[in-house]
Amino acid sequence: MSHMLTRSLDRAATTFILVVAACGILIPLSNLLLPSGSFLQVPTYLVALWGKYVCYAILALAIDLIWGYCGILSLGHGAFFALGGYAMGMYLMRQIGTRGVYGNPILPDFMVFLNWQKLPWYWYGFDMFPFAALMVILVPGLLAFCFGWFAFRSRVTGVYLSIITQAMTYALLLGFFRNDFGFGGNNGLTDFKDVLGFNVQAEGTRAALFALSCLFLIIAFLICRAIVTSKLGKVLIAIRDAESRTRFIGYRVESYKLFVFTLSACMAGVAGALYVPQVGIINPSEFAPGNSIEAVIWVAVGGRGTLVGAALGAIVVNYAKTFFTSGALAPYWLFMLGALFILVTLLLPKGIVGTINSWWLPWKERRLAAEAATSAARENGVSEPKMAE
Amino acid sequence: MLAKFAALLRTLALMLLLIAVAGPAFAGPFEDAVAKFTTDDFSDTEEAVAAIAASGNPLAYPIISALQDERLMFDADTKKVYIKQTDGKAMDAATGAPVDAIPDSASEVRLNNKLRRHVQAALGGLTLLSPKLETRISAARSVFKSHEEQALPAVESALAKETDGTAKAALQQARAAILLFKADVSEKEKLDAIAIIRSRGDQEALAMLNDIGADQPPSVAKAAASAISSIQSSLAMWSGVQNAWYGLSLGSVLLLAAIGLAITFGVMGVINMAHGEMVMLGAYTTFVVQELIRTRYPALFDYSLLIAVPLAFLVSGAIGVVIERSIIRFLYGRPLETLLATWGLSLVLQQAVRTAFGPTNREVGNPSWMSGAFELGQITITYNRLWILCFTLAVFAILLAMLRFTSLGLQMRAVTQNRRMAASMGIATSRVDALTFGLGSGIAGIAGVALSQIDNVSPNLGQGYIIDSFMVVVFGGVGNLWGTLVGAFTLGIANKFLEPVAGAVLGKIAILVLIILFIQKRPRGLFALKGRAVEA
Repeated sequence: MSHMLTRSLDRAATTFILVVAACGILIPLSNLLLPSGSFLQVPTYLVALWGKYVCYAILALAIDLIWGYCGILSLGHGAFFALGGYAMGMYLMRQIGTRGVYGNPILPDFMVFLNWQKLPWYWYGFDMFPFAALMVILVPGLLAFCFGWFAFRSRVTGVYLSIITQAMTYALLLGFFRNDFGFGGNNGLTDFKDVLGFNVQAEGTRAALFALSCLFLIIAFLICRAIVTSKLGKVLIAIRDAESRTRFIGYRVESYKLFVFTLSACMAGVAGALYVPQVGIINPSEFAPGNSIEAVIWVAVGGRGTLVGAALGAIVVNYAKTFFTSGALAPYWLFMLGALFILVTLLLPKGIVGTINSWWLPWKERRLAAEAATSAARENGVSEPKMAE
Repeated sequence: MLAKFAALLRTLALMLLLIAVAGPAFAGPFEDAVAKFTTDDFSDTEEAVAAIAASGNPLAYPIISALQDERLMFDADTKKVYIKQTDGKAMDAATGAPVDAIPDSASEVRLNNKLRRHVQAALGGLTLLSPKLETRISAARSVFKSHEEQALPAVESALAKETDGTAKAALQQARAAILLFKADVSEKEKLDAIAIIRSRGDQEALAMLNDIGADQPPSVAKAAASAISSIQSSLAMWSGVQNAWYGLSLGSVLLLAAIGLAITFGVMGVINMAHGEMVMLGAYTTFVVQELIRTRYPALFDYSLLIAVPLAFLVSGAIGVVIERSIIRFLYGRPLETLLATWGLSLVLQQAVRTAFGPTNREVGNPSWMSGAFELGQITITYNRLWILCFTLAVFAILLAMLRFTSLGLQMRAVTQNRRMAASMGIATSRVDALTFGLGSGIAGIAGVALSQIDNVSPNLGQGYIIDSFMVVVFGGVGNLWGTLVGAFTLGIANKFLEPVAGAVLGKIAILVLIILFIQKRPRGLFALKGRAVEA
């Protein structure tokens, strides 16, 4: 039984990976190779837009890993996403060099504007890509580790944890809005020129970033999948369903939680780092608590506890957002988003994928069981009862 | 002795006045001075201004202020000077007698920049004698600030006539300030001046004492130094008092915003992210009430808040009951899902209000009894903040009494403590749930009425309070109203004491970080409910 269950999910997982890989290869190729205006050509703005969705999908996977499989509802994951984005943005700022408005070879424009004489110490090293890439993972990871280390050890759980994660991102929001924090204040970091020597605006770079985002989505998916199907994943699910019981059995609940929380924050940071060059700006509004809560609803819509669902939910909700906020329906988007929150929690608690699974799997199991029974009956030489006779 | 002297002076002034009013037949120095305006010569005008200012004549102020506003006319032929009054009438400057019309040959007394300065200074001294008390006091205060020697005679004559206590104190301080900086003043007078300035005890007095310079006799320098240190310590005390007051005020706002949440979250365990929107709805109810009153019954404006309070309670409370019946009751026992659903609800409510009332701030006015301020020692207390503090405490007391002494309160507590047992005793638990949620929401609505007085009424009003409210409830301890009270005031006061040290934003961040750390230490808040329950 359980073997069949894994196999059926495996098929979904394989399909997901294949679809993402196909998108990651075909969309950039169609954008670059086909003549513009052709029916099959994907315009560059769509590549950038979908690239954004893919980054959100990685963030959704990160949230699903902790919420869907370990029961930690973080309302501050947007903070890790934004921190990764800021690390990337700092690298991109340093790459501008003398091409800024003030032409200062070292200081970014906003620092010249604020009359700063010297680069703050925490900006050192961000002119090197490997260092920045390391920081993309390290900064969110370290924050999550410290935060989780305190929170899980003192057994802050449930809504309390949700509320203090929200307070964390709110505090960061307030901080990054300040000019003297040295991250561009209100305006954030923008006006990027190039990344690793390629022009950020160029079609080729955008296509490559899209392909890269798809690659990272697949990698993140594989990591999450490896975790949730392993024994570690079983312990996580046990923690989600009965934390005290798991602790009494002898597992160090807080270590498991800390590991998965930190990993999830690193993934969110990578998603943010991929997001920034494609969107072209990172500013403190990414820290807004509302953003983090919205990311949670992507997971809920797609299906909490199903990795494919989380990624799918992020893409579906964001596509809907783009669709509705760009047309005449714009004033109604918040009504729809709000209604989505309410209806999904009331009527579709398992999300889209979870609900499909709950219809599909029993049916499939019954069919397989019936097949097994008939074949067994045939082997025993007993003929099937004939119904209509 | 002093009183007798003052009385004597007053009679003297009266006599002078009589003489002045008696007319040009008794041409005195005042009349001569006025006549100088008619020569149309700047140096004569200057002399005239000085003489008139020194004369102490009641007409001096109208004349010089008319000169400043270019309402002073002279007729070179008849040697008469007229004041064109602001209401269009005219009078003779030398006698004060009304005149039917200013002759056509009259022209304005001209001024140049140097004269304007003299006129300004003369007016400063003369306003010390103004019949209006506030004008006198503010004139004395401005003399205190400028402490120019020329003002000394005016200050002293005003001091002699002054009867009002506040004005007298202000004049004495002004006189002390002048004496402190005057060169040929005896040591004793300087020491007295320092004592008077010391008793004033504010930032200006401190600055003044710091400015007196090193070339003072040792006893004066010593007195000044001791006055400076005493003022500094009293200022430190007052700034502490002021921070405490600001903290109390912020704490009352936090408490007001959080108290409804203490019911829905604290007592029922429902994470209501739409709580801020209940506050917002209360504020918009106030706006609608005020609009109706403005257009229909303007006389009732001062009562608008009293009318809005019950209405806001009903509006938010009714919406709360509807929310509980239609959404939240299906989500009991699933706190995280409740959180998401109510967040969605908050988006819907915000957008609904945005659609109905527009995205911009709406104006909600202060009734007259809530505007203005009064001074207590060195701090200024605004009436609206004071009223909000009183109102908050009243709401808190009423809520507490309601939970303790009414049957609904009893049922609420019973359902909170043991739902199944309460149901077995015949309590309609689902009805109690709905009413409890309605109560919490209704109180949020009342909070909105008060917050509309100090905050912008916009669709985003609630969002600004939601995180703070949760912090207060979690910090104070869930399920404990007293905890919410202590939590709100602690956070408010801590915030205001951190602000001068760290700045407003950093102070707030520091508070958030402290709460996060505090929750690690005491995951159940300041006043945790004691019990044997183990969460699943």
